[in-house]
Amino acid sequence: MSELKYHKASNASEAASMISGTEDGKFLAGGQTLLPTMKAKLAAPSDLVDISGASDMIGISISGNTVSIGAMTTHADVAGNPELNAVCPSICALAGNIGDPAVRHRGTIGGSVANNDPAADYPAALLALGATITTNNRDISADDFFVGMFETALDDGEIITKVSFDAPEKGAYAKFPNPASRYAMVGVFAAKSSGGARVAVTGAGSDGVFRQSEMEAALDGAWSPDSVSDVDVSADNLLSDIHGDAAYRANLVKVMAARAVANA
Amino acid sequence: MTEISMVVNGKSVKADVADNTLLVDYIRESLRLTGTHVGCDTSQCGACVVHVDGKAVKSCTMLAASAQGSDVTTIEGLANGDLHPMQAAFKENHGLQCGFCTPGMIMSATDIVARYNASGKELTEEAIRDELEGNICRCTGYHNIVKAIVDGTSKMTNA
Amino acid sequence: MSEGIGASVRRKEDKRFITGKGKYTDDIRQENQAYAAFVRSPHAHAVVKSIDASEAEAMDGVVAVLNGHQLTEDGIGNIIAGWAITSKDGSGMNMGAWSALCTEKVRYVGDTIAIVIADTQEIARNAADAVMVDFDILPAEVNPEATLADGAPQIHDNAPNNQIYDWELGDEAATDSGLASAAHVTEMEIINNRLSPNPMEPRAAIAIFDEAEDHYTLYTTSQNPHVARLLLSAFYQVAPEHKLRVVAPDVGGGFGSKIYVYPEEIACLWASMKTNRSVKWTSTRSEAFLTDAHGRDHVTRAKMGFDANGKIVGFKVDTIANIGAYMSLFSSVTPTYLYATLLSGQYDMPAIHGNVRAVYTNTAPVDAYRGAGRPEATYLVERMMDTAALEMGVDPAELRRKNFIQSFPYQTQVIMNYDSGDFPGCMDKAQAAADVAGFAARKAESASRGKLRGIGYSSFIEACGIAPSAAVGSLGCGVGLWESAEVRVNPVGTIEVLTGSHSHGQSHETTFAQLVNDRFGIPIDNVQIVHGDTDKVQFGMGTYGSRSGPVGMNAIVKALDKVEAKVKKIAAHVLEASEDDIVIEAGEVKIAGTDKKMAWHEVGLAAYTAHNLPEGMEPGLKESAFFDPINFSFPSATLICEVEVDPETGVTDILQFTTADDFGVIINPMVVEGQVHGGIAQGIGQAMLENVVYDDSGQLLTGSYMDYAMPRADDLPSFTIEHNNVPSPSNPLGLKGCGEAGAIGAPPAVINAICNAIGNNNLSMPATPSKVWAALQEVSTQQAAE
Repeated sequence: MSELKYHKASNASEAASMISGTEDGKFLAGGQTLLPTMKAKLAAPSDLVDISGASDMIGISISGNTVSIGAMTTHADVAGNPELNAVCPSICALAGNIGDPAVRHRGTIGGSVANNDPAADYPAALLALGATITTNNRDISADDFFVGMFETALDDGEIITKVSFDAPEKGAYAKFPNPASRYAMVGVFAAKSSGGARVAVTGAGSDGVFRQSEMEAALDGAWSPDSVSDVDVSADNLLSDIHGDAAYRANLVKVMAARAVANA
Repeated sequence: MTEISMVVNGKSVKADVADNTLLVDYIRESLRLTGTHVGCDTSQCGACVVHVDGKAVKSCTMLAASAQGSDVTTIEGLANGDLHPMQAAFKENHGLQCGFCTPGMIMSATDIVARYNASGKELTEEAIRDELEGNICRCTGYHNIVKAIVDGTSKMTNA
Repeated sequence: MSEGIGASVRRKEDKRFITGKGKYTDDIRQENQAYAAFVRSPHAHAVVKSIDASEAEAMDGVVAVLNGHQLTEDGIGNIIAGWAITSKDGSGMNMGAWSALCTEKVRYVGDTIAIVIADTQEIARNAADAVMVDFDILPAEVNPEATLADGAPQIHDNAPNNQIYDWELGDEAATDSGLASAAHVTEMEIINNRLSPNPMEPRAAIAIFDEAEDHYTLYTTSQNPHVARLLLSAFYQVAPEHKLRVVAPDVGGGFGSKIYVYPEEIACLWASMKTNRSVKWTSTRSEAFLTDAHGRDHVTRAKMGFDANGKIVGFKVDTIANIGAYMSLFSSVTPTYLYATLLSGQYDMPAIHGNVRAVYTNTAPVDAYRGAGRPEATYLVERMMDTAALEMGVDPAELRRKNFIQSFPYQTQVIMNYDSGDFPGCMDKAQAAADVAGFAARKAESASRGKLRGIGYSSFIEACGIAPSAAVGSLGCGVGLWESAEVRVNPVGTIEVLTGSHSHGQSHETTFAQLVNDRFGIPIDNVQIVHGDTDKVQFGMGTYGSRSGPVGMNAIVKALDKVEAKVKKIAAHVLEASEDDIVIEAGEVKIAGTDKKMAWHEVGLAAYTAHNLPEGMEPGLKESAFFDPINFSFPSATLICEVEVDPETGVTDILQFTTADDFGVIINPMVVEGQVHGGIAQGIGQAMLENVVYDDSGQLLTGSYMDYAMPRADDLPSFTIEHNNVPSPSNPLGLKGCGEAGAIGAPPAVINAICNAIGNNNLSMPATPSKVWAALQEVSTQQAAE
C-alpha cells in the first residue's frame, strides 16, 4: 500500500471538513473493499478519513413502516437486528449473506452503496425498495443514485449518512454466488409495495445494478413466480466472463427472480 | 505516523505506526505475535482472523490505526490456561494438518459459537460449513474441522 | 491407550499450531533484516531491451537492484529438469535455458527480471515498481495444441515447434491390431484442466550469508531441503554443499509445489552474498498464482477397444502435455513415467500404447501437483470406462468388474508390476457403504423434487514411493530415490529419530514416533522426530509421491533393526544370556521366560558408560540406514460419488462421497483418513471448481481467490471411508502410501456422477454450474429435435 495520512472522524460533519483539506482523500468505511483495492495498488489515496466510528451514522431506527439505517451500520448489525427483522426480514437476510462473518463485522451499508460494485448485494435492495440515500448535503433516490459500474451520483467529498425506505408488503432477495469470489453472479431483489412491484438485478448487468421492468409489469399483473418465469430475459447488456456467459446469467436472472418472488 | 494504543491479549500496548500499517502487520511485525498468518491478499482465506472487541475480523483488511482503543485477541491470547476448549477440540478431532490456516479457523470457530450461543440458534454441521465461508483450508477437506467445531461447541458450552 | 502401529494417536505436533506457536519461514526475522521484491514481466512473451534501475536505486532504503547479467557473470547456473526423457526417435529433450533472472527474453507473465533488496518489504516492493524495463513485445501462445503448429511463436530457440519431446510407451502395433479386432471402440477427447496447488502458506525464503565463515543458510518453504541444497550447490553453483545449510522449518502445505527450487530462492541466496545482508522474501498470493508451478494441463485423444464380451482388447492414447514456459524439476517425468505407466489402471489390458508430446507455452511452468501424472491417467481411464459402459449399454460397475486384474503379481504392458491388491473387494465394500442398491429409490425421490440425481464410479491404482533407485535411474532420473534415517538412543533412553522425509502437514512427528513405540514400547513423548535441516539430518530425498510411508518409514525400521540387534547384544552380555533369548517388551529388555531384565534406560546408559560391553563392541547406541525398496507401492481404491443437480441453475450438490481404499498396513488410521479427506477435497476441487485460465495474450485471468475457485467448507460433504487393506509385499512395513489417493481417484467419480445425473456425457472439468447448465440445454435441444 502506498503512503497515506490517516484521519479518524467522530461524526459526519467532522469527516466532511477533514476530507476537504486533502489532496486526494477517500472515506474509509469498513474498508472491506477499499483496503484490498489499495493493497493491489488499484487505488492510492493521499488520505483516508475513517468514518467507521462516526457516531451519528451508526444505528437502525424504525418508525412504523419506515426504516432508516445509518451508513456506518455493519452488515452483521443489519442482519442481526430483531426489530428490523420484524418489519423487513428480506434486508436482514440479504445482509447476513454478504461476504463472510468477519467481513460482515466490518463492512457497512454506506460503504457498499457508495462503492456500487456491480456484484454487490445492497444496491439491488435499495433500488427495489425505492430507497432514499441521504448524504450530508441532500436526499437522492435510489433510481438516481446508481449511475453505472462503480459510479454513483455522489459528488467529491459527499458522505452518505443514512439510507431509508418503507418496508415492502412483500420482498425477498435471491442470490447466486460466483463460485470463486462468492459475490453475486446474479442477485435479484423483488419487492411488492403500494406503488407496485419493483425488481432489481445485481451482478449481471454490464452497466451495474438495474431494474427489470418487464418483470415488474408482469408482477403487477399477478405476484407469482410464474409471472417472472414467463418473461423473456435478453442476454444483451449482460456480463460474460470465465464464470458464466450472458446466456447463463440471463437464465439466472429468471430463476433467481422466481425464487425471490416465491420466498417473499 | 500515528500513535496507537490498544489492549492485545490482555496487555496494554502503545506504538507509533505508519498510517498505512495493517493490523496484521502490527501484530506480526511489531508485537511479534506470529500465530496470526497471511495467506492471501484479497481478504478471503481467513488465516489472519483475530477478535477485535469480541468480534472476528480479518486483520489483513483493517488498519492498525482503526483499532485504536480496541481490545484485540489473537490465537496466542485465546486460552485461559493451557488450551481453550476449541483448541483442544481441533487436536482431538485432527482438525489440522499443516497448521497454517488453523489459528484463523480457531478464532473464527470461537466467534461462531459465541454468536450462535448469544442468539440461541442451533449450530448444525450445515451452519458450520456456511459460517466457514471466509476460512480456506487446503489440507483437511474440512471434514475434521467441522467435527472439531461440533466437539468444541459442546466443550465450550459445557465448560 | 496403545501408541503403536494401528493406533489413532493424537498428534504431538498439534500444540504449537493450535496455540499460534508454529514457526513458519515468514515468522523468522534476522537482525538487520533486508527484504527482497522481484521485478516481473507483465508480458507473456517479450524481448528485454533494457533495464533502467536508476530511479529505484536512488530511493531511500534501497540496498541494491540486481539483474540477470550480474547473476550470469557470477556463474550462477540455469535451472534444471531432473529427469531426462528420450524421444521415440532416440533424441534427447529440446530443453530451453531457464535463468533465475531473465537476460534476453521473458516467456510468461510473472517471469523474474531483477531482484530488489531494501530495508523494508514496502520499500522493496515500491522500488521494484520503479524499475523501468523496455520490452519488445512478441506474440504469445498459451494453447498446448496451437503451440505445435507451424508459425506459432517460437518460445525457446532450441525447441522447434515448441516441442520438448515426442515419447512413447507400449506396443503400438499390438494395440492397433487389438483395436482393429474390437467389437466396440470408445473414442474420446479428454482435457485435464490446469490447477494451482495453493498451499495456504505462500512460498518464502530467508537467505543469510556469513562473510566471516564464507557460509550460507537458507530458511525456505521446502518439501525436501537436502534436494534443495544439492540443486543450489551442485547445479546452480550458488554455494558449495558443505558451506550451505538449508532449513525447512514448519511448512504450511506443499502438494508438490514446494518440491522445486524456484528463481526467487536462488536469487535471494545469491543476493545475500552480493549485499552481505540477510535477505527475506515472502510471496504474496498474487505472486503464488503467477509463479508457483501449476499442475495437470493435458489434452488427450484416446481409443479403448472391447471384445464382444466387454473385455478390453486395446487402449491407445495420444497426449499433449503443456509444460509452460520452462522445464521445472519434475516436469519431464510427470506426463511420462508417472502417467503412461498407469494407463492399465485396475484392468487386465493385453495391449496399450501411450504417446506423449511435451510442449512449451507462454504460461507458468507446470510440474508435479498432488498425484502428478496419476490423476491424469486415472481420469482418462475411468472416464473411458464409464463412457464405454454407456455406449455398450452395460452397468459401469459390472464393466469394471469384468476387466479387473484378479491375481498378483501382475505385469502390465506399461512397465509396472503390480505387487498386490484386491480390486473386487474394494468395489464390494464401496458399493455396500454407498448403498448402491438403494440408488434408484433415491433418484426417484430427487426427481419428485425436480432434481436430477446421479452416481459415478472411479476405480484407480497409483504407483507410490517413486523408487527403487536403480529402476528410476534406468528410466532417466538424475538422482536415487531411497530414503535415509538415523535412530539415536540417548544415555537416558529417550530417542531421537532423524529422517530425510519432511512433514508439511503429514503428521510425521507422531506417526514416525509410533514406529519406535511399536518396536520398543517407549512412550511417543520420549521420542523426538528431527527433520527439515541439512545440518542435523545427514541426507534425504524429501516428501512427495506418497513416499514418506513406503520409503521413509521403512528406512526408520531398518535403523530400528540395527538398534534392536545392538540392544540385545548388550543385554545378553549384561544379563549373561544368549542374544536369542532376549526380548524387548513395553520398554523393558528381558530374558524370555524369566524375571531377569534391564529397564530400557539401563541399556542406554550401559551403551554410553561402556563399562561393561561385549568384547570389541563400540560404545554408544546410534544407528543409521538407507532404504531403497524393491518396487513401487500400489495403493488402489474404488470411489463412489452421488450427486444431485438443480436443472434450473446447474448447481451440483455432492450428497455422498464414499471410498474403499487399499493402503496396505496403516500406522495411524486418524492420520490416514485425514490425508484421504484432503486429497478428495482437492480432487473435487479439480472436478467442480478449480481452473487456471490465461487469455489469448497470456494474461492470467485467475490470479486471486476472486477468480480461482478454492473448495470451501460448504462446497464439500463429509466423506465415508472404508478400508480394504492388503499389505504391500515390497517393503518391510507393508505400507502403500496414502497422501495422493483422494486427489487421484476423486475427479472421474464426480464427473461420471454428474454426467449420469444430467444424461449428457459431454462435460469437461471443472463442471461449474454454468457448464452443467449448458450441458443440460444441449440435452433439451436434442430432445426437442427428436
